[in-house]
Amino acid sequence: MAELVNLTINGQAIQAEKGTLLIEVARQNGIEIPAFCYYPGLTLQAACRMCLVEVEKTPKLQVGCTLPVADGMVVHTESDTVRQSRKGMIEFLLTNHPLDCPVCDKGGECELQDMTFRYGAGESRFTERKVHVDEQQWSPVVYFDAPRCILCYRCVRVCNEGIGVGALGVSNRGVISEIVPNRHDYLECDECGACIDICPVGALTSGSYRYQTRPWEMTHVGTICTHCGDGCRTTLGVRDDKIMRGNNRDSSGINGDFLCIKGRYAFDFVEHPERLQSPMLRNAAGEFEPISWSTAFATIAETFTAVKARRGKFGVVGSNHTTNEENYFLQKFARQGLGTKNIDHHRTGDLATFFDALSGKNAALATAGDLYTAKAVLVVGADLAQQHPLLSYQARANFRHHNAHIYAVTTGPVREDNQAIASVRVAAGGELAGVESLRDKLKAEGDLVIVFGDSIQGDGLRKLVAFGDSLGIPVKYVCLVDYSNSRGAFDMGLIPRDGGMSIEQMLAAKDLDVLWVVGANPLKNAALGSTNAFVIVQDLFMTETANHAHLVLPAASVYEKNGTVTNVCGEVQKLKQAVKVMGTKTDLEIMGSIAKEMNLNLGIWLPDKVFAEIRKTVHGYDVSLPVVDTGGAAPTMPLNGRVPALPGAIQSAGDTLFTSGSMSRYSKILNAVIESPGGLYGGKEPEVSAQSPTASGQMPGGTVQS
Amino acid sequence: MMTFSPQLEQKFAKMLTSYPEGKKRSAVVPMLIYAQDEVGSITSELIDEVARRCEVTPLQVDEVVGYYSMLHRNPMGKYHVQVCTNISCLLVGGMELYEHACKKLGIGHKQVAADGQFSLEEVECMGACSWAPAVEINYDFHHHVTPEKLDQLIDGLRKAQ
Amino acid sequence: MAKKLYNDPSPLETRILSARFGLENSESLTTYLAHDGFKAFRKAREMKPEQIIEEVKTSALRGRGGAGFPTGLKWSFVPRSSPKPKYIVINADESEPGTCKDRLLMEYDPHQMIEGILIAGLALDAHKGYLYIRGEYRYLIDHMDRAIAEAYAQGYLGKNILGTGFDFDLYTHSGAGAYECGEETALLDSLEGKRGIPRMKPPFPAVAGAWASPTLLNNVETFSAIPAIIRDGGAAFAALGTPKNGGTRLLCVSGHVNKPGVYEVPLGYPMLKFIEEIAGGIPGGKKLKAVIPGGSSCPILKADECDIPMDYDSLAKIGSMLGSGGMVVMDETTDMVKVALRIMRFYAHESCGWCIPCREGTTWLRKILQRFDEGGGRHEDVALLGELSKNMLGRTFCALGDAAAMPTISIVDKFADDFEKRLARDRQMVAV
Ligand SMILES: Cc1cc2nc3c(=O)[nH]c(=O)nc-3n(C[C@H](O)[C@H](O)[C@H](O)COP(=O)(O)O)c2cc1C
Ligand code: SF4
Ligand code: FES
Repeated sequence: MAELVNLTINGQAIQAEKGTLLIEVARQNGIEIPAFCYYPGLTLQAACRMCLVEVEKTPKLQVGCTLPVADGMVVHTESDTVRQSRKGMIEFLLTNHPLDCPVCDKGGECELQDMTFRYGAGESRFTERKVHVDEQQWSPVVYFDAPRCILCYRCVRVCNEGIGVGALGVSNRGVISEIVPNRHDYLECDECGACIDICPVGALTSGSYRYQTRPWEMTHVGTICTHCGDGCRTTLGVRDDKIMRGNNRDSSGINGDFLCIKGRYAFDFVEHPERLQSPMLRNAAGEFEPISWSTAFATIAETFTAVKARRGKFGVVGSNHTTNEENYFLQKFARQGLGTKNIDHHRTGDLATFFDALSGKNAALATAGDLYTAKAVLVVGADLAQQHPLLSYQARANFRHHNAHIYAVTTGPVREDNQAIASVRVAAGGELAGVESLRDKLKAEGDLVIVFGDSIQGDGLRKLVAFGDSLGIPVKYVCLVDYSNSRGAFDMGLIPRDGGMSIEQMLAAKDLDVLWVVGANPLKNAALGSTNAFVIVQDLFMTETANHAHLVLPAASVYEKNGTVTNVCGEVQKLKQAVKVMGTKTDLEIMGSIAKEMNLNLGIWLPDKVFAEIRKTVHGYDVSLPVVDTGGAAPTMPLNGRVPALPGAIQSAGDTLFTSGSMSRYSKILNAVIESPGGLYGGKEPEVSAQSPTASGQMPGGTVQS
Repeated sequence: MMTFSPQLEQKFAKMLTSYPEGKKRSAVVPMLIYAQDEVGSITSELIDEVARRCEVTPLQVDEVVGYYSMLHRNPMGKYHVQVCTNISCLLVGGMELYEHACKKLGIGHKQVAADGQFSLEEVECMGACSWAPAVEINYDFHHHVTPEKLDQLIDGLRKAQ
Repeated sequence: MAKKLYNDPSPLETRILSARFGLENSESLTTYLAHDGFKAFRKAREMKPEQIIEEVKTSALRGRGGAGFPTGLKWSFVPRSSPKPKYIVINADESEPGTCKDRLLMEYDPHQMIEGILIAGLALDAHKGYLYIRGEYRYLIDHMDRAIAEAYAQGYLGKNILGTGFDFDLYTHSGAGAYECGEETALLDSLEGKRGIPRMKPPFPAVAGAWASPTLLNNVETFSAIPAIIRDGGAAFAALGTPKNGGTRLLCVSGHVNKPGVYEVPLGYPMLKFIEEIAGGIPGGKKLKAVIPGGSSCPILKADECDIPMDYDSLAKIGSMLGSGGMVVMDETTDMVKVALRIMRFYAHESCGWCIPCREGTTWLRKILQRFDEGGGRHEDVALLGELSKNMLGRTFCALGDAAAMPTISIVDKFADDFEKRLARDRQMVAV
């Protein structure tokens, strides 16, 4: 327990931890000290001077954002001098500001506007010429309007410290100081847009949002990003059933301020013109013909009933993008409604072995939060910055704020090398040996989170857990899976248990009668063995699989539905419908309607009702409702007891920061970024090379120490 | 990759060892200014080269280039005439001297004469206050400069070529 | 070869630091050794580090870079026992308008400064020094490189100096044009290869300076005074000046005087006597109007305020500063609008841009003054100039903001007449 001190702010007696910054203490006690450059979690700048306050017994005004509180301090944040000083700062700031609020994206949610309203003067005494610079486009998503910039350096810091890219800097000096991109006139970076959201004014604007709307014309819907397994909360700004922007404006959820390019911009697949908007049946000529939903349901019910009656063979492929409720309902439908065990999904991590190896260990599942608080983090066989941007961000923040020890055992350079206390480069397959080489160092850590990719599966995975056990310190694990609900798909039972067929087996089978694909694309790179199978596909777009189908149903995307998803760390979070796309239905509604048509009693197909059933019946999912309902992430419990190995392949998607399967292909923004000169990895796999700037060189033992 | 004259390479080699272990970044500012003297201006190729040698990102070098007033992205003349007009010089004719230089060279602040021989800059105090007004041509100081003396200097340099 | 000095010395000077100026080959180590050179170092190596620091405290030497902070006290802040390497950084950025003394100290007597640095090294257990010289002084960088090479060659730098077992390496480092890099923490950032942005304090450089290690940073003249202090004793040095203002210092006088130049006088030397007798008085028998006592950052003095002794405390008492010793003398013909404008142009050009009040304030003030000077002045501008300056004063990140505000406040306050005259003239022109 830290030492407490007593101080007074504006006459109010306050107790606070010694050394806490005055600005924080004030805020915790409901006293607002205004600031532009101060931003929690980022390094201190003391540049904007908005936070100057009076502290008795000091001659000059003191900087609230850098002043640690001390015992007996008497502070005034609203004295005449302080107010006058603030007003003066704002007057200075506005001298070169263009005051184009009426057309500025930020108008209405601009910190400069708010501060001027609250603390400033209505009138300026500045009558001279302003400094002017033209607006610049730095990438498909980032625009910069220098005159609006107030030089708070938040963008520079978030890019450098938060994202770990350092693509923004400051050039020139004095009044013509300007934020500049790393490639002189364009950005080469993650294109995450963190700089745009953190900008208190409208200097950095987003390629997709700028000049589109006024903030108050939108409603804001907090939901979960659908692009990778990390499960970041994103707030969708919606106007007239159109998503205008994504951000995490209230810094809520497991990701705080963080979102990657996909979370922030890649919602636009929702309105892509190629979205399926009507059920389609292949006609006699072999062409798709739109049909009504009722015809579609009737056709499917009829086929299912008939195949079931003659004990025919079903193959059901579920999705790692659909909700827990949908996945649960699908497997229940398959098992109880159709009487088949042939159910699977595209698996991207060996969760079966993972849970089996962890059986009996309490608290061995790391949450996203644990990556920020653990004393040490070991990354094995994964490029987090590419595939799990949030986890990468968390580990980086842990390093910055708590000096966490980061270790990386990877086949190529990774961003974690920049923070790592030890990076070990291994050839593919050499991961475990690499981990072993760190044994002595890891043993000395207070606690550890091990994050590993799909190169660790089966026996290797057991060995890794045994290694963790042998360290004699508390160890938690994250088994990386790729998609937004990969984890939920496994947990809900979209897996070939008890002798059911895996995807590969279903596709290979010559006698499959029905292939029911819900939100997946198994035929992307494979052929279907059975020529007689009736193929039903529920999806957003025509996929390779849909092209093979007899019946295609237009499904709603994650941004168009309610329900829950489980992230890579096993945390359950709630989705909230933001928009509706005409002609589509949620997968849950589709399945429920088919069940009804078949007279099956699978329970009410409302998300909340299904979730209630999940909480009762799915192991580890008895999660706290208040947490989930208020937008929190509720950790699930690990399975206890043996989990049998599953047939079939486990293969990660190999997505990058700029891709996420078919959804990303339909995102104009992502495509624009991939085609622009600036994406750090050009949408491709990062090159694995020891010469890359992140790798400090390969040493004889394969160990890079720093 | 760029290479410089042997003398400069030697200087840089020594420079990079004069800072503590792992602190090559410290050489950025001196390296830039010495390289500028040889290359003529700070080109983007030079920025990349200094970044490589000092183990920083090109952006980190770019930021520095924009900050320091003696670093120029565009070439100055062979003779860069810097006239101080700051307070001590101002009081004893520095401004008149600068205006005279503009006329004499036919160019203004930070401009380069058409033949590329001369460029002009009105500079801040350069540490010659007690012997004002002062002019620095490239790195040579000239004190108590009068318009006539400046003419002679410039004419002399013109003739020398 | 005896070099011609930039200006003739005055018989009224007390030449301690400049004792060797004008000697034949004064910059060579041989000359230095022949004239007391390294006596102090030899003495210092027999002293305990605390004794050295005590001696410097006794001397009442105050920093010659501008702020006038007691040097011995500053030395005592450096944690000698820190396991980290300790560095000595010499501020040879000399950019304060009106100041041109460090140049001479390095040009005429480089080894005196080197000896001072070495003594500091002994006192603080520091073994590396960096001489940060402004880019415009390229000839001096070359000159210092030669002096340093000479010292290495003769065993006065490098390993095991004079068989004492004490090692010291000294390097020159070039700036590239930025006044702000004279501010000690901005200088450190610049030394580390960054933009010259000042750092937050605490931690002070003494604790975490260059490359986050304990660092002693002093001005060229401050180091140059050390050999005399150790050689002749701190008390002797202190006795030259006034209480708490020990020794002599080099004053750079410029502007409207008959004999502008750099002269060494004891602290507390009467200002009017200095102007009249050493600097030769004002040309053409004109009357004194104003004096900037210690570089353009210092509040300006009206003629009737100039009858004072020149030491830190006396100037502070009348609201000004001795600063870096750059004394600018102005006669009755001087137009204070032009003076204020030129000073503000300087600060606006040199503001690093880090903090709002300095970045925007200096430019705004410059623009008002520019308009005023060009005939667009308004009556309310005078008050506005003062008010805006006060909105900067004490509120900026570093002292540059104060340096810009203080002279302006004092000029509009003390020479409001000059502004009024301009307004009247402008009105007349409109009327015509
Ligand atoms: C804006 C600014 C510019 C400065 N420029 C110089 C300078 O050019 N030379 C110098 O020695 N000190 C300069 N100083 C003072 C230094 O910050 C520092 O106080 C000094 O170098 C310490 O040495 P001293 O104690 O020996 O004076 C400047 C300070 C400020 C705020
Ligand atoms: S006062 Fe502010 S802007 Fe000015 S030089 Fe200092 S930090 Fe930079
Ligand atoms: S918040 Fe303190 S100076 Fe900006």
